[in-house]
Amino acid sequence: MPNVAIRATGLTKWFGEGEARTVAVRDVSFEAYFGEMLFIVGPSGSGKTTMLSMVSGILRPNAGKVEIEGSDIWSLSDDGLAEFRLGKLGFVFQDYHLFPRLTTVENVAIPLILQRHNWNEAIAEARKDLKIVGLDSRAELPPVKLSGGEQQRVAIARAIVSRPDILIFDEPTASLDGDTGRAIVSFVRKELLTDKRCIVIITHDARIFEFANRIMHMEDGKLTGVEDIGAGKTEVSGET
Amino acid sequence: MAAWRGNAGSMLGILKIAYKLLVNDRAKFAALLVGITFAVFLMIQMTSLFSGILNRSSATVINIGASMWVMDPAVQTVANSIPMPDYVLDEVRSIPGVKYAVPLYSGGALAKLEDGAYQAVTVMGLDDSNLFGRPALLEGNIQDIFAENGFIVVKDAEFPKLNNPKVGTTFELNDHKAVIVGIGQVATSGLFGVPTLYTTHNRALQYLPNTRFTTSYILVEPKTTGDVATIEKDVKAMGYLALTKDEFMDKISTFYKYQTGLGTNMLLMTVISFIVGLSISGQTFYTFIIENLEKFGALKAIGAKGSELVAMILFQATFTALTGYGLGIGICAALIALARLRIPDYAAMITFPNIGMAFVMVVVIAGISSYVGVRKVLKIEPFDIFRG
Repeated sequence: MPNVAIRATGLTKWFGEGEARTVAVRDVSFEAYFGEMLFIVGPSGSGKTTMLSMVSGILRPNAGKVEIEGSDIWSLSDDGLAEFRLGKLGFVFQDYHLFPRLTTVENVAIPLILQRHNWNEAIAEARKDLKIVGLDSRAELPPVKLSGGEQQRVAIARAIVSRPDILIFDEPTASLDGDTGRAIVSFVRKELLTDKRCIVIITHDARIFEFANRIMHMEDGKLTGVEDIGAGKTEVSGET
Repeated sequence: MAAWRGNAGSMLGILKIAYKLLVNDRAKFAALLVGITFAVFLMIQMTSLFSGILNRSSATVINIGASMWVMDPAVQTVANSIPMPDYVLDEVRSIPGVKYAVPLYSGGALAKLEDGAYQAVTVMGLDDSNLFGRPALLEGNIQDIFAENGFIVVKDAEFPKLNNPKVGTTFELNDHKAVIVGIGQVATSGLFGVPTLYTTHNRALQYLPNTRFTTSYILVEPKTTGDVATIEKDVKAMGYLALTKDEFMDKISTFYKYQTGLGTNMLLMTVISFIVGLSISGQTFYTFIIENLEKFGALKAIGAKGSELVAMILFQATFTALTGYGLGIGICAALIALARLRIPDYAAMITFPNIGMAFVMVVVIAGISSYVGVRKVLKIEPFDIFRG
């Protein structure tokens, strides 16, 4: 049995009350494992972002439970959740959310700085990760001077700089052309996926499905099926 | 889970991010600084002008330097003395605790200069026996004040109005000949832009038209500070008023603050400056926060705690406020210095209470600006960032 990184049980989330209530996610249960790339796919409005937000400790579910490495994250306080996200998760947002007023290397160093590392040490570590994503020569530029693909790689460097166990990508190829998108996901798979890391990607870009170990399909807030692609180096089992 | 954070535990890196986010947005930072600086400049300028005027209004009290002043209870400012009968001086001298007491004459006159021009002057008549309250001399000999027609002129901003007299210069004072026998200096110029002449008490009475009573003030030196209360009490029993130097200055200040409209106008201008500063800075800081709201949300999603985001905003607001505060005071001080090069008599004085009041105002501006920003940032849900 592979090690379970994420275990979600009966996750349900609705917005609004009374007649205005909209159920975004209904009773979704699944597991994600270390050493795999799990894709969550589905049409717009299917609830995948809402579901991943609950898994990431960002959006409190109305029902259900999320365990990361065996710990129930929604039993934590707000500060505890912040600590959890900072230490265990690495986010790559769809719009990257890089700080245009900071240099590229400073952007990458942010998680380490939030972890209260010394500024110079954090910058030095960030430079190493910029090298991993092939952008060490752009370290002192502001992100706005970089191309879309380069900004994506900066966001990835920021996500991995604190060596999180779980990486979460929200539509990583949405703003990129096909070749760049494939190159990015290929890089993520090749360089960042290890036996001790779980990568979850929200996408509806079928061109990158080949990089997944498993694909979880969602529609109308429900889990409609899990597809084992078998592309990964780790065998996957224990589907929900 | 605390182990996920570094051991250093220092907020310095987080504050450095806040600093860079603030100052690297040059246009916004400049707008914020302009708002705060302008507000501080106006507040300091207004209040320093007011302090300068109040200080000038007490110029005679400061320059004479007596510890206690005895006067008619109806006196409101030192310039508007109400003469007291001579026996009051004797009675004051007889109060236990009085080391010595001397009369002071204070009055106004019209001087006819050598070129035929007329100039209003203030004449101070010092006690003939000891010249208590005399100015420090730059030129001449103090004994010459007893010479015939002798006057000492104060070399202050009003001095040129007497055509820059020298020792030996003559002029007429109420058809009496007067001779400058000395040129003196005092700590503070007067409020009304009139040159000051010193002479003896007796000569002042001879030269200037008098009422029945001739003692403007009685200057008192108590034997000890503990005697002040006794002297005040005994003088009050006589139907007059005895005040220490500071009390007299407070009385004069109170008059100008509350009975001339000057204080109200200055207060209004200061409040307006505060509102202008608050409006510009508050609005700009709010815009700054709104424009960076997504970024703060992203920081929250990554793992920044609410308290850390609050610290960042407070730091940004405080840094801007203190920088603007320093600039505002600096510009105000520079402009006052510049103004004094052209107008030596420019009545503006930056005092510690002025600076303190402006600091409090700036802290309030920073506090209100940050409060609005903090509310916005704490309300942002990282989920909104995820949702895009």
